[in-house]
Amino acid sequence: MPLLRVEDLHKRYGHEEVLKGVSLTLEPGETKVVIGPSGTGKSTLLRCINRLTEPDRGRVWLGDLEVTARGADLNKIRAQIGFVFQDFNLFTHLTALDNVRLGLLKVRRMGRREATERAMAELERVGLKAKASAYPAQLSGGQQQRVSIARALAMDPKLILFDEPTSALDPELIGEVLSVMIELAREGMTMIVVTHEMGFARSVADEIVFMEGGVIVEQGPPEVLFRSPKVPRTGEFLRKISELYGEAG
Amino acid sequence: MNFVFDPSWLPKLAQGLSLTLQLTAYCMALGAGLGLLLGLLRVYGGGRFSPLYWLASAYVHFFRGTPLLVQLLTIYFGLPSVGIVLGPFQAGLLAMTLNTAAYQAEYFRGAIQSVKAGQMLAARAVGMSRPQAVRHVILPQALRLVIPPWSNELIYMLKYSSIVSMTALRPETWDLFGVGRQIASRNFRYFEVYILVALFYLALVLLFTVALRWVEGRVRVPGLGTPGRGV
Amino acid sequence: MDLETWAKVVPELPKLLQGLLVNVEILLGLISLGFVVGVGAALLEVYAPRPVGFLASAYTWFFRGVPEIVLLFLFYFGFDQFGIKISAFLAAVLALGFRSSAYQAQIFRGALLSIPAGQVMAARALGLSRLGAIRYVVLPQALRLSLAGWSNEFSSVLKDTTLAWGIGVVEVTRQASYIRATDFTLTLPLYLTVALLFLVLTYAGNFAIGMAEKRLRVPGLEGRR
Repeated sequence: MPLLRVEDLHKRYGHEEVLKGVSLTLEPGETKVVIGPSGTGKSTLLRCINRLTEPDRGRVWLGDLEVTARGADLNKIRAQIGFVFQDFNLFTHLTALDNVRLGLLKVRRMGRREATERAMAELERVGLKAKASAYPAQLSGGQQQRVSIARALAMDPKLILFDEPTSALDPELIGEVLSVMIELAREGMTMIVVTHEMGFARSVADEIVFMEGGVIVEQGPPEVLFRSPKVPRTGEFLRKISELYGEAG
Repeated sequence: MNFVFDPSWLPKLAQGLSLTLQLTAYCMALGAGLGLLLGLLRVYGGGRFSPLYWLASAYVHFFRGTPLLVQLLTIYFGLPSVGIVLGPFQAGLLAMTLNTAAYQAEYFRGAIQSVKAGQMLAARAVGMSRPQAVRHVILPQALRLVIPPWSNELIYMLKYSSIVSMTALRPETWDLFGVGRQIASRNFRYFEVYILVALFYLALVLLFTVALRWVEGRVRVPGLGTPGRGV
Repeated sequence: MDLETWAKVVPELPKLLQGLLVNVEILLGLISLGFVVGVGAALLEVYAPRPVGFLASAYTWFFRGVPEIVLLFLFYFGFDQFGIKISAFLAAVLALGFRSSAYQAQIFRGALLSIPAGQVMAARALGLSRLGAIRYVVLPQALRLSLAGWSNEFSSVLKDTTLAWGIGVVEVTRQASYIRATDFTLTLPLYLTVALLFLVLTYAGNFAIGMAEKRLRVPGLEGRR
């Protein structure tokens, strides 16, 4: 059974239809990279998956649990889906440690001691154990994003959704975040990553999804998409984006 | 529980309204003059060790740090012992004026200081003297910026004018609240009368708010103003 | 007003301080009441469905637009008319407390609205409920942000406690009037002493709040004064 199944998602903001029927599935351990021009509904797609944004139509399953079911326990579902935001959204009033610990204490109802141990372990995993008592404003963008990845990881998520995790970062800080994500993919974490980092996509993605205008134009393994895309538009976009962002990552 | 309303209250309250408006208007106008002077002294009075700056600051701290009621009682009951005898209306108006001047001084100071430093430099570069620069460049901007806090102050003083009848209940202190007290103490319909008085004040607040928004819009200059408002 | 007259005020100081204590009691009562009701009203204004939010706004509008003295008389004499007997002290705490709640609500509302939407979204993404997000993420930030405005409100209501004089509470200004009645030559020094006491209290209070502000400060979460 796929870990995640998305079926025919639609979402409209006013006159603009941002998602026009998007479907995809994700197997356990798979990393899917979603690419495409800005404003084509990639972020909306991620937010519809854990219903931070309410889709107009379509269904989402996490395993055999329907996320979009009426009366689904959203808080319970969201606790199983990690989410990493473009602008980090670390809780401003909490230290790095407390940011990671909050969900453990208040959602998972873990004891204080256990939660602290777990949170410290996750901070260590992203290389920021030493910064446990720093407030977000005292961390660099790259460090903040790594804390926010630790915050997601601490909840033992079944999958993590990354919404352009490096877009708000200065170029020299992108590497540290990508290397954490690459490590996660190697360890077998299931993830969907919306990004413009083609180097990352090429080396880590099991499959690349190219979205434009609210629909999936083409999807497939990176070798295929990069070398011989079926749709000419895909090749065009990949060439343009590689020129813009380079392939290193 | 039954409520009583007597239409004959309305003309009496309307008379009180006129006194309330007079008190508010006079104290705000006089307070603006004194406040502007104090504000200017606090900014251009020659720094921390100049006596003018020091006097202005002491004034502002004293009148902002003590209750208006105590100021009023001091003036009305205390000043006669040094030979200054004021009627309850004059005492009320004086207390309100001295009090609001201290607050307005702070608003003027804040507004003057929020005019960008480059404006003064540019004015001096054109050859203006410092007073000229203040008069023709700084103040026209500062006075626009001061309108929102000044509007708040106006509404505060409108409400605080109800304090005049605290010294003596005589016809010359029958403001809105004073008249209300008169009526209520005669017929014991405290609740109805004071609710009615409250509604009068609320109507005035609404009127002033709308009027001052309009003024603010009229004198607005593109690019000058608090962020989020205008522009 | 010579030194001799001033010297005669000194023995009266205990009475004045006794009166001042009543002002402080009113202050503590009204500011706590105002805090609880004010936070509640602000939360309703920002998060509750329309009709409830509108009611909360109407409530704060009423209590911000009516003079303190009118409220004091309304609570003290107005309720009495319906057989609800409350002491002048309680009437003062209630009237000034509800008034303060309206101002405090305005301060908290501004703080609540200034917290970026991403904070709530991140909390919800973790699986926190809406209430949980407000309680653990929004409120702690909003309360810190409102400290500056709150300290202004503190100095303002401290001074307004003297208005309880109007309904007969024996606070410091009324104590001063009592003493004055025994010796009218003391009038001016007495009231000036009262003024001085308030200056001291105002600055001591602001200093204490400033200290609290420093202790609670979080980098990146500074309130604007």
